[in-house]
Amino acid sequence: MGAYTLLRVERGGLEPGIPGQFFMLSPPGRLLPRPMSVCLAPPGELAFLLEVVGPGTRALAALDSGAELAVFGPLGNGFRLDVGRPLLVGGGVGIAPFPYASEALGGPRAVLGFRSAAHAEAAALVPQAEVVLEPTYVTECLPGGEWDVLACGPEPMLERVRALAPTAQLAWEAPMACGYGGCYGCVVEVEGRLKRLCVDGPVLEAAA
Amino acid sequence: MSVPILNASGCLDALAAPAVARSLDGFVTKTVTPLPRDGNPPVRIAETDVGMLNSIGLQNPGIEAFVTDHLPQLAQLAVPIWVSVGGFTAADYAETCAALDPRPEVAALELNVSCPNVEEAPESIAELVAAARAETSKPLYAKLSPAVPDIAELARAAETSGADGLSLVNTIRGLALDERTLAPRLARGAGGLSGPALKPLALAAIFACRLATDLPIVGMGGVQTGNDALELLAVGACAVSLGTVLFADPEAPARVRRELGDAAAAHGFASAADAVGAAHTARGEPALVRDQPKVSV
Ligand SMILES: Cc1cc2nc3c(=O)[nH]c(=O)nc-3n(C[C@H](O)[C@H](O)[C@H](O)COP(=O)(O)OP(=O)(O)OC[C@H]3O[C@@H](n4cnc5c(N)ncnc54)[C@H](O)[C@@H]3O)c2cc1C
Ligand SMILES: Cc1cc2nc3c(=O)[nH]c(=O)nc-3n(C[C@H](O)[C@H](O)[C@H](O)COP(=O)(O)O)c2cc1C
Ligand code: FES
Repeated sequence: MGAYTLLRVERGGLEPGIPGQFFMLSPPGRLLPRPMSVCLAPPGELAFLLEVVGPGTRALAALDSGAELAVFGPLGNGFRLDVGRPLLVGGGVGIAPFPYASEALGGPRAVLGFRSAAHAEAAALVPQAEVVLEPTYVTECLPGGEWDVLACGPEPMLERVRALAPTAQLAWEAPMACGYGGCYGCVVEVEGRLKRLCVDGPVLEAAA
Repeated sequence: MSVPILNASGCLDALAAPAVARSLDGFVTKTVTPLPRDGNPPVRIAETDVGMLNSIGLQNPGIEAFVTDHLPQLAQLAVPIWVSVGGFTAADYAETCAALDPRPEVAALELNVSCPNVEEAPESIAELVAAARAETSKPLYAKLSPAVPDIAELARAAETSGADGLSLVNTIRGLALDERTLAPRLARGAGGLSGPALKPLALAAIFACRLATDLPIVGMGGVQTGNDALELLAVGACAVSLGTVLFADPEAPARVRRELGDAAAAHGFASAADAVGAAHTARGEPALVRDQPKVSV
C-alpha cells in the first residue's frame, strides 16, 4: 500500500472486534508483541496497515505469505459508532482503523493527511477520503459545521483536534508490552488520573 | 506432586485478565507499598534484543485501597493470592505486613527487597525481613536481586531473620538507547532488565542459594518454555514464576506446564518435581541429601 504494508491474516474463529480496537501481533524473533489496529475485517480475515519504524514492524512486514503469526485480541475500547455526523480525521499510519470504521459507519466523510504521495496511496482504503499532503496539515482542512470527529494519528495532530473539536473521540498510542493490563507500561494521564491505555483506551473522549 | 506455576509480580493484573490468573497455581500481586504511588513517567518499557526493560516505578494503589478494594475482588478468583510487599524503610514493610496479616484471602507474602526502579531502603535485608516477620505469621518469601556480590550471604541473612522462602530473581538494572538520537529510551534512563537475558543470572543465583539455605525457592527469570522451567528446577527451585513471557503469550501457564511435563519425562524423571536439585546431584553435591523443600500454594 504505497509506503505502508497491508498485512492480511486468516483469522479462524477470532472475533474482529469493533473499529478502534487492536490486536497484539508477535513478530517472529522478537520478545514482545506489537499493538496494531484492526484495519479491515472481511469474512475469515483480519488486515493490518503497518508502517515500518523499527525491528518489530520490520519483522512483521517481512513475513512471507503463508507464514504463521500469533495474534491476540481484539483488545481495548474502540470508537463509539452511535454518532450522527461522523467525520474521520487521520494522519499517517493513524488512518489504519478507518477503512474498518468507514465500513461500519456507512462511508462517512474523511480527511486524511500524509507526508508524501507514496504514503497517501493508503487513502484508497477509505472510500471518498479527502487527502491532504504536508506541509499542509489535516487540522487546517477540516470542514466547517458540527461534526462527530473520530481521529487517529500522531500526538500533535490529536492535541490539535482536541482543541478544535472538544467532543471528538481520539485514538492514542503508547508503548505497550502486553496489551491486556498486565505490565503498566502504557499508562497515560486522563483527567488527572493514571489510566492504562490498553484497557481504558486506546480511544478516549477528547474532553477527558 | 506437581510443580506450582505462578506469575512474577508486576507481570499480570488478575482483575484485568481473570482467565490467565485462574490458569496459575497462585497469583502474585504487583508490589504494594504503604502509600499510593503514581510510578514513573512514560516511556516505561523498551524491548531490547535479549530482554526488555521496565521502569514502572511500583505504581500501586497503596495498602489501604488494596485491602479494601482489590483484595475482596481477587479473592473471588479462587486462586491462592500472594501479596508482594514493598517499601522504603523497615517500618514500611512492617506496616504493610501488619495490614495483610489478618486477611484470610492472603496465602503468602513476598517481600520485594530488590526493585531496581526505586531508591533502596537504607536498612539491610536482614532488618527488613525481621521487621516483616515480627508482624505476620503468613509464609514470608524474600525476593532478592541477582545484582549483588554474594547472593548466598543475603539468602542466609533472610533465613536467619525469619524468611520462610526465597523468590529468585528480580530484574537487574539496564539501559537502552534510541537508535537515531542515542537518547535513553526510558524516561528514567535505566530500568529493570527481564526476559531471556536474565536466565543465566537466575540459574546462578538459585544454584548458590540452594546450596546455602534450606529455604524453598520460587524461581523466575527469562522462563519462556518448559525447558527453561526445568532448568530452574534443576538448580534448586521448587516452583516457577512466569513474567515477561506472559506479555507475548497469555496462555503461557498452561503451555509451560505441559512442556515442563514433557521435558521432565524426556530426561527420565517420573514428574517435574523429581527434577528439583538435579543439577546438584548431577555434580554429586553432598549438601543436597537433605529433604527437598516445597512451596505450598
Ligand atoms: C493501540 C495501538 C494501535 C496501533 N496501531 C498501529 C497500526 O495500525 N499500524 C502501525 O503501523 N502502527 C500502529 N501502532 C504503533 C506500533 O505498535 C509501533 O509502531 C510498533 O510497536 C513499533 O515497533 P518496532 O519494533 O517496529 O519499533 P520500535 O523500535 O519499538 O520503535 C521505533 C520508534 O517508534 C517509537 N514508538 C514505538 N512504539 C510506539 C508507540 N506505540 N507510540 C509512539 N511511538 C512509538 C519508538 O520510541 C521509536 O522511536 C499502534 C500502537 C498502539 C498503541
Ligand atoms: C513490567 C514489569 C513489572 C514488574 N514489577 C515488579 C514488581 O512490582 N515487583 C516485583 O517484585 N517484581 C517486579 N517485576 C520483576 C518480575 O517479577 C520478575 O522478577 C522479573 O521480570 C524476572 O522474570 P521474567 O524474566 O520471567 O520476566 C516486574 C517485571 C516487569 C517486566
Ligand atoms: S500494555 Fe501492558 S498494561 Fe497496557
